[in-house]
Amino acid sequence: MFTIGLAHYLTVAAILFTLGVFGIFLNRKNVIIIMMSIELMLLAVNLNMVTFSSYLNDLVGQVFTMFILTVAAAEAAIGLAILVVFFRNRGTIAVEEISQLKG
Amino acid sequence: MIAALIFYMFAGLAVVSAGLVVTARNPVHSVLFLILCFFNAAGLFLLLGAEFLAMVLVVVYVGAVAVMFLFVVMMLDINFLKLREGVAQYLPIGAVIGIVLLIELAMSYAGWTFAPDVEAMLASPAPSGGEITNTAALGQLIYTKYVYLFQASGVVLLIAMIGAILLTHRSRSGVRKQKIYDQVGVTAKDRIEIRKVSTGGGI
Repeated sequence: MFTIGLAHYLTVAAILFTLGVFGIFLNRKNVIIIMMSIELMLLAVNLNMVTFSSYLNDLVGQVFTMFILTVAAAEAAIGLAILVVFFRNRGTIAVEEISQLKG
Repeated sequence: MIAALIFYMFAGLAVVSAGLVVTARNPVHSVLFLILCFFNAAGLFLLLGAEFLAMVLVVVYVGAVAVMFLFVVMMLDINFLKLREGVAQYLPIGAVIGIVLLIELAMSYAGWTFAPDVEAMLASPAPSGGEITNTAALGQLIYTKYVYLFQASGVVLLIAMIGAILLTHRSRSGVRKQKIYDQVGVTAKDRIEIRKVSTGGGI
């Protein structure tokens, strides 16, 4: 119980990832919360990477965590920009309304 | 013992705040709990010895991404209560999928052991003995072996920046702007008009 090992960190990451998936299902209409859930899932993945990197004594996991962080930041910026443009055009952010591209 | 307690504090707070991110009624509270979650994850990174990434997480995520979320939540005038309609309808399927996913992850993680000859297969073993800091070791790696990937991630950020500006920029009509060409092209004739005024007549 008092020796923290690999499994403890992996459990935390798994719970965070599950909460992210759960959040996507729970807030089906609110795009902002969905994007925050995606950030949570990416955080869980990062935690997994750093955990394995630390317990394997291999730095590559941390290098790739940095690239994941970069892509996550870019994704958040683009997603929020699209959201702002969509809100400006339609006056709502409800996901169900975003079906124009279905044709 | 103390290290274990600190781990449980960070892990517990991270999980609780992540739960509140997805269940909070007010999206502003969601963003603030997301910030708390990132802080605690940074604490876990510190415990794992990834000091540089912990600081990057605080600076980039808390300082930039979360604040960006906060801006968008506060800037858009949205009726969030209306968006929460039908949460009870989605709760069961979300819970079922979440529990199934958690069980699957637990099954794959539970008996995790590293291969016996894993030491020989490491791509870039971390320098041991504390003669070099985590930040320096990471720097020596990303500027040599992963330099192209590092540059590519810079390009990704540049494209994201251009895309975000291009998407949200709009040219509004009815705004007084400087028209440099017109201003420079003005001649004295456009500005001053000389008229003959007859005595007592006025213009």
